Amino acid sequence: MILLTRRATFSASHYYWNPAWSEERNLAVFGRCANRNGHGHNYTLEVTVTGEVDPVTGFVVDLKWLKDVMEREVVDVYDHRHLNLEVPEFAETIPTTENMAIAIWKRLEGPVTAAGGAKLSRVRVYETDDIFAEYRGEA
Amino acid sequence: MKAYFTRAYTISASHRLHSDALSAEANATTFGKCNNPHGHGHNYRIEVTVGGPVDPETGMTINMAKLDAVVRKEVLDRFDHMNLNLDPMFRERVSTTENLCIGIFDLLHQALEPAKLERVRIEETENNFFEYSGS
Repeated sequence: MILLTRRATFSASHYYWNPAWSEERNLAVFGRCANRNGHGHNYTLEVTVTGEVDPVTGFVVDLKWLKDVMEREVVDVYDHRHLNLEVPEFAETIPTTENMAIAIWKRLEGPVTAAGGAKLSRVRVYETDDIFAEYRGEA
Repeated sequence: MKAYFTRAYTISASHRLHSDALSAEANATTFGKCNNPHGHGHNYRIEVTVGGPVDPETGMTINMAKLDAVVRKEVLDRFDHMNLNLDPMFRERVSTTENLCIGIFDLLHQALEPAKLERVRIEETENNFFEYSGS
């Protein structure tokens, strides 16, 4: 079993806001991230798949194929967008780094599984060099 | 759904690898230049990973402000710009980054409850890193 990771980057804006809460509570919990004018990050996405090495190709998956899937399913949708306002899964879910890792897993799991051969193992999203969240498909 | 949140912190500290249980020769052989009597230092990069369900109200596994406050109190204020060998943690343990990793995990594990500390990973340099997930 081999773990294989591909990296991609995108830039997007967002804010943290729970509409069920008062302005005071939003500011108390989310601090500067609650600024309704939004702010942005250069995100780094790491997608890890796991599987056996194909004896003919020596691949777990074709990295070009994985790159194309990540671009189509994630980067094309998130890059240079406002996550709260332009990405459907964040219309009612706060686009924290944790929720982004889960949402990206949901976008990728189907295509990776359908291709056969490899399974999605981990999605890691870096919001900055020093802050990242990951989701491993656990309930 | 269970997610993992990681935040990295940096401290600068000095240390010297030396064991009182070994002779001067054995210390020099075992620890090499890390046994230099006057010590040396590193910029340590400490990654703290917390795991748990994502709170549906906040979208968070842990509020970073809380994590920052705990790490500042337990780790940064204690070790930053200090000589690790003089800290009680290393009175009877060599101040290797393995032991620093275990020591910091144990400090944060209690202080962060009820949040679940999953892992402490420390980069001593860009090329050396250590991690501990408890037991």
